[in-house]
Amino acid sequence: MMLIDTLAQGLLLGGLYALFAAGLSLVFGIMRLVNLAHGDLIILGAYLILTLATVTGLHPFVAVVLAAPLMFGLGWLLQTHLLNRVLGEDILPPLLVTFGLSVVIQNGLLSAFTADSRKLTAGPIEAASVDLGIVTLGVMPVLTFASAVAVVFALNRLFYRTALGRAFRATSDDQTTAQLMGIEPKRIFAMATGIALVVATIAALFLGTRANFDPSIGPARLLYAFEAVIIGGLGSLWGTLAGGIVIGMAQAVGASINPEWQILSGHIAFVIVLLLKPRGLFPRAND
Amino acid sequence: MSALLEIAGLTAHYGDFQALFGVDLTLEEGATVAIIGANGAGKTTLMRAVTGVARVSAGSVTLAGEPITRLAAPGILTRGIAMVPEGRRLFPSLTVEENLLIGAHARRGNGFWTLERVQALFPILKERRHSPGTALSGGQQQMVAIGRALMSNPRVLLCDELSLGLAPVVIKEIYAAFPQIKDSGTAIIVVEQDIGQALRVADHVHCMMEGRITLSGRPAELSRDAIHDAYFGVSHA
Repeated sequence: MMLIDTLAQGLLLGGLYALFAAGLSLVFGIMRLVNLAHGDLIILGAYLILTLATVTGLHPFVAVVLAAPLMFGLGWLLQTHLLNRVLGEDILPPLLVTFGLSVVIQNGLLSAFTADSRKLTAGPIEAASVDLGIVTLGVMPVLTFASAVAVVFALNRLFYRTALGRAFRATSDDQTTAQLMGIEPKRIFAMATGIALVVATIAALFLGTRANFDPSIGPARLLYAFEAVIIGGLGSLWGTLAGGIVIGMAQAVGASINPEWQILSGHIAFVIVLLLKPRGLFPRAND
Repeated sequence: MSALLEIAGLTAHYGDFQALFGVDLTLEEGATVAIIGANGAGKTTLMRAVTGVARVSAGSVTLAGEPITRLAAPGILTRGIAMVPEGRRLFPSLTVEENLLIGAHARRGNGFWTLERVQALFPILKERRHSPGTALSGGQQQMVAIGRALMSNPRVLLCDELSLGLAPVVIKEIYAAFPQIKDSGTAIIVVEQDIGQALRVADHVHCMMEGRITLSGRPAELSRDAIHDAYFGVSHA
């Protein structure tokens, strides 16, 4: 009974990690860009929701609807004015630039909001739970997990069923030939980063309502996101969800044995998967 | 009368290496022009320069009176020049049908070529529409590449080395589609190493050597010897 409960909690936690990772996975899949500022952009999103909720008095679940288009715009501008300039054969410049961006965001948030821990308050729903007989699940974790599944489903539909998704895949395959089709890779990349930041905003909502956050915690979220993407297989969105779940479950099992083992267990699971399947659980065929 | 596509004094470099030396070429509305020449003659560079993939260092390209020399590849496609690139370059992540549809990505409005018409031109593409583009045979992939270019409803279709690496019977099958493409009003430039095929399909032939056009004329006017000399650069003088 205890084990089932632990695994269920781990599964739901995995949803949060998958949300952290989905934007990262999307961007990597399309432009082979590893965005080291992704975790900080999630934290930025959390502060944006907090600010909008405070200023307008709206519930965070409503404020996120206002925050999402703003974050899309930020992603678009970030890509067109900064990241497009450094993308190329050499993978080092984008790594350095996004690393620098991470530092800038953290310090910017620090001066704007201080180092104090903040939290998004969602009201009574935070304490609500559903009793399923075998296990009792919190409504918020269930919502988080459901959102992760919905986000991955929606991104997959976008990727495989729309003209934009077709252009995403074509550009990812071969930029030069894509241009012969009238596709402008830089616009495609800007669109992808915009969408990734919308997903980051959804992640920020659940991160901020679940626990405290402060300007410095982005890099740790990035690490979980990375592990989820790599466990799942680079570029596979459903794989990223599976990767998040693997880490979430490993952490929950570790914590149930000894609370100090929670974080470590997640990393150990990552190493084990990497040892057994170096290309991840669901690698893309043509990589 | 002004030509549909006018290339004048086109010069291009790869670093320090000069690949094109002031190439002049005109293409009339609805005409088919063949460019023949050995490997390294500059045929592919010419195609890449016209479509905005390779940088032009001097000269001009004009499409229906509009200068398009400095435009990037997407802008040139939207103005009506589509290319079937050497080596076909299908998108491996896309199915056959998606490879065709992506050709219409930048298309505005209606035109003769639709998915149905392209699939009617090459029926195998309908049969195999859900296969990954790169799972097809070389000849079938070439049909996808031609169909993909047609999907943008180009005014000018550039075909770079269609017959490269294909069996003669397959090449014949592919060129059998050309009369229908011509009938749709599309002007065509084919770059070929297969001289016989080029002479059969074209109204006008240009032979290139070392970045220059060394011989031009109607297929009927050109003697075998003249073509042979221009192609291999030998002189009987």
